[in-house]
Amino acid sequence: MNKAMNEQEQSALIELIYQLGDDDFILAYRGSEWLGLAPHIEEDVAFSSISQDMMGHATMYYHLLEELGEGDADGLAHLRKPGAFRNAILLEKVNGSGTYLEKPDYDWAFTVVRNYFYAVHKQIRLESLRLSTYEPLGDAARKIMTEQYYHLMHWELWFKQLVTSTDVAKKRMLSAVGKVWKDFGGVLTLGPSYSEMVKAGFIEDENLLKKRWLNRIDRIFEETGVPPQGEPLIESGNGRKGEHTQDLADALATLSEVYATNPASGW
Amino acid sequence: MQAGLRFEQLTNEEKHQHFMERINRGEKIEADDWMPDDYRTSLIRLISMHGISEIMGALPEKEWVPKAPSLHRKLAIMAKVQDEMGHGQLLLRVAEDLMAPLGNTREDIMQDLFSGKLKFHNVFHMEAPTWGDAGMIAWLVDGAAIISQSMMLDSSYGPYARALKRICAEEVFHAQHGESIILALAEGTPEQRELLQDALNRWWTSLIMFFGPKSAKETGNSNADRNIMYKIRTKTNEELRQEFFTKYIPRIWALGLTIPDETIHFDEETQLWIYQDVDWSEFKQIVSGNGPRSQDRLDLRRRSYDNNGWVREALAAQKAI
Repeated sequence: MNKAMNEQEQSALIELIYQLGDDDFILAYRGSEWLGLAPHIEEDVAFSSISQDMMGHATMYYHLLEELGEGDADGLAHLRKPGAFRNAILLEKVNGSGTYLEKPDYDWAFTVVRNYFYAVHKQIRLESLRLSTYEPLGDAARKIMTEQYYHLMHWELWFKQLVTSTDVAKKRMLSAVGKVWKDFGGVLTLGPSYSEMVKAGFIEDENLLKKRWLNRIDRIFEETGVPPQGEPLIESGNGRKGEHTQDLADALATLSEVYATNPASGW
Repeated sequence: MQAGLRFEQLTNEEKHQHFMERINRGEKIEADDWMPDDYRTSLIRLISMHGISEIMGALPEKEWVPKAPSLHRKLAIMAKVQDEMGHGQLLLRVAEDLMAPLGNTREDIMQDLFSGKLKFHNVFHMEAPTWGDAGMIAWLVDGAAIISQSMMLDSSYGPYARALKRICAEEVFHAQHGESIILALAEGTPEQRELLQDALNRWWTSLIMFFGPKSAKETGNSNADRNIMYKIRTKTNEELRQEFFTKYIPRIWALGLTIPDETIHFDEETQLWIYQDVDWSEFKQIVSGNGPRSQDRLDLRRRSYDNNGWVREALAAQKAI
């Protein structure tokens, strides 16, 4: 640690790292549900590699929390109640109807848009975290960025290809953009303790990050002919405050099904 | 150039003889080389079945990807299943090159899978109801796969041999990942040991079946014999099964697990493992799509294929521009 943090700073830092870890954790899970169901085999290979990377990123963040005295990483991933999660609600939403085991009617357009918009934001967020006053966070960000670069390229290619293709594809993609937009504000916010995070220099101002995100998305919209969407909303609730949907509770039950039978035992 | 011209003038019989001389010298056949029709069809059958098995094989393990009981295990099983998908893709590319002169494509492979014409490995038709099964699949099913694939590393068909080289290297990591899961369970609580023993009981018959019947008598076809003649493979099903026993039975016993076959033992005189043979008509039923999870898993793939039809169309339209 660079210098001694006061209690308020430490709790803001912990809050921030929960957001970062939980965002990646839950979206990696949603990605892993697609395994074997992607539009073609090459995509199955690429997408599962991305999900695996993201699960690795979440693990890195949980280890940072472990170092900050929050308990062990496996417990953080598997034993917290939904209310203790700080991911944005958009990222916990199901991929479509059905479950990953039964009748999965998953929506590829929603998956592409959600992942692409998130990848753009993640890139911007990492660029800011790279300069964090909390050095372990800066180190983690630099490591993650080497993989994130490819994720962003991957989803950007999908987005551009589909949104400029057949009428059916265009229609599905625009409808997915509308759906994602309604909750993307929840990804962009840093939650109630954001001013402490910024004051301590852990990350930059959320408004600044949001502006960078909007600029980049506007450029892509212009390039691909997607109409402007206005201000991103937080319709389903604010995950940064611990507000969540049943989708998260169901996902966590699956993620911890085996671990929770005996957390004390080695697996 | 001149040699090429001369080759074209040979009769089919002479070409066949030339081909056999090449493979008997240990030369590798490449995708564009002349090959007998039944060599090509044997390879297509073998490699598309192998490729699609890798892809269908991702499904039983996928059931356990999100549920893997620690972050470390989650990452490991994600990596493993991704590898399997990658193997499937690599093998389908090899099969596609062989199919091209016949005017067939990946689409035909997928349609043959959906219609049941293209079969996949018996093990991937089975249930995997607990985390113990995830361990058992990675340890013993992948262990069995390494044994049967290693014998083809020197296959007469170069592209297949090269793909297998990479696949086998990765399978070794999978078997280690499986062994690590198994060890953790074996050293764990009584409940965890029970999970493990139950999984072994469930998988034993499937593992015997994995290598296929002893001889053409049980199946009524001679694919294996022809593949040996063409040096696509080098060992019989039974030789591979015996190798598997020799490698894994001592390890299973060392963990204190019981093999669900009271008769199994090593016969010093014949230097062979004596074991209870399985019901090969059941094997036929399973690989024909009547296993406990055959249709559920096929349905998953059919459903995703249908749901994503618009994506394939959109990509095709982009290519056409």
